Amino acid sequence: MVLNELKTSFPDEILESTARSERRVTLRIDPAALLSMAEHLFKKLGFRFIIASAVHTKRGFEIYYHFSYDSTGLVLNLHVILNQEHPAIESLSNMFEATNWIEREMHELFGINFINHPNLEQLLSEGNWAIGEYPYRKKFKSNGEAQA
Amino acid sequence: MSKQTLIPVGPYHPLQEEPELFKLYCEGEIVKDVKWETGYNHRGIEKLAEKKSYEEVFFLVERICGICSTSHPFAFANSVEEIAEVEITDRAKYIRSIIGELERIHSHLLWVGLAGHFLGYNTVFMWAWKYREPVLDLFEMISGNRNSYAMFKVGGVRRDIQNHKIPAIEEVLSLVKKKTDMLVGAVMDDPVIHARTKGVGILSRQDILDFAAVGPTARASGVDIDVRRDDPYAAYPLVNWKVITAEAGDVFAKAQVRLLEMYESISIIEQCLAGLRKEKEGEIDVKVKYIPEGYGTGHAEAPRGEVFHFVLSDGSNSPARHKIRAPSYTNIATFKKSCVGQSISDATISLAAVDPCYCCTERLAVALDQHSGRRIMNAKEIISHSASITKQLLKQE
Repeated sequence: MVLNELKTSFPDEILESTARSERRVTLRIDPAALLSMAEHLFKKLGFRFIIASAVHTKRGFEIYYHFSYDSTGLVLNLHVILNQEHPAIESLSNMFEATNWIEREMHELFGINFINHPNLEQLLSEGNWAIGEYPYRKKFKSNGEAQA
Repeated sequence: MSKQTLIPVGPYHPLQEEPELFKLYCEGEIVKDVKWETGYNHRGIEKLAEKKSYEEVFFLVERICGICSTSHPFAFANSVEEIAEVEITDRAKYIRSIIGELERIHSHLLWVGLAGHFLGYNTVFMWAWKYREPVLDLFEMISGNRNSYAMFKVGGVRRDIQNHKIPAIEEVLSLVKKKTDMLVGAVMDDPVIHARTKGVGILSRQDILDFAAVGPTARASGVDIDVRRDDPYAAYPLVNWKVITAEAGDVFAKAQVRLLEMYESISIIEQCLAGLRKEKEGEIDVKVKYIPEGYGTGHAEAPRGEVFHFVLSDGSNSPARHKIRAPSYTNIATFKKSCVGQSISDATISLAAVDPCYCCTERLAVALDQHSGRRIMNAKEIISHSASITKQLLKQE
């Protein structure tokens, strides 16, 4: 029900929809639409933000924003793929506090830039980690495999 | 404008004995702003998980939290079983829920004791921790360990709870029930506790939603969420129980929710034990040959709230990415709302009211050894680092 509503509200922004079950749905979306979709989910439909998971793959930097719709137990993942060279996406932290820390953490560990974040300073290592060195980034061989 | 005084709580928390630094910016007795610093405890568990096999990751995530050591394996099992599309046996479901609920009882008792300790009411501390012991002894009987029980695996549990052990568990439950009555009476009717906790550290419903806070912290502010009911797993859909909520959002409401939840946990365990008696002994796991490619989002309701694990599998023997979100990670951020405007003495109990678990929240810190340039820190150095930060803070003043 809420998913249909979402699909009608954002017909062009949702690029791909996969459902493992009724309670586990992933929507791959256009990164430019993240803020408006998250706002719609949080403010209009009453979704709860759980956390965001960043992954570095050969496709680029992928972020899964996990939202929960507690009245039906639905976990909805908004999946965005950012480019390898300059990963950047609009911050959600001006809309609510919930993403403030996790965006700082992803910035620190993966080097993803969160545009308009109110305070994108290091969360975890407080200057003990070299600037510009991102521990969770991977190096890929030419065939796409991750190097150890 | 009057001058602000900086009061550091930490880096080694004097009461909770864990590494965390809260900077309270005060005007007179009133806290005007709170800043939080982490990074004193490097463990890098998410990265370590990528180097371990699925079986080994259970032992790793079990060590994230020293109190609720089953909550992370629970969420991890849920997410991996989602990828592998495994349905575990009913007996394993009951055992998982029994372990989860016994843990909730001892964790809530621990919190009630600590809350009493924070308020200077050490009798509550002594009582609560005294009656937590029999629960830990039960764990020793069931798993061989008082903590870090190593009970979970993909496809079920490692050890059975044989039916002949059930009466001993029931005996402890009836003792805990009686003692919970006593504690509830002592805490809920005590005028001093009322005076210290009512109207203190209030979080509104909107604050909870904004910070995405979970667990008893959310339920005490009238946000009716509980993963056990909303997205049922293990034996929770097979038993009857109810979600406890309160409306006030203050420290007292959080205590109330936790204390009353213990009764629900006892009831869930009793029903699970009855369920165990009906199931055949030994049917505790199903074989899982391999974990296919894909990802799973598993969550579980830990004593402090929802634990969330995202596991990405590339079809190999280890997770390609393992993201962990402990409940304290979102709950601790609410300090910005609950402490500001309070007096300093109320701030400490407001900080404790969400039952913060620092070892769940601490993720990564790297320190350069001043002499060798190596990225490490030993115990001695941590203490001197801690002292030097305090000195720096004092100098800023």
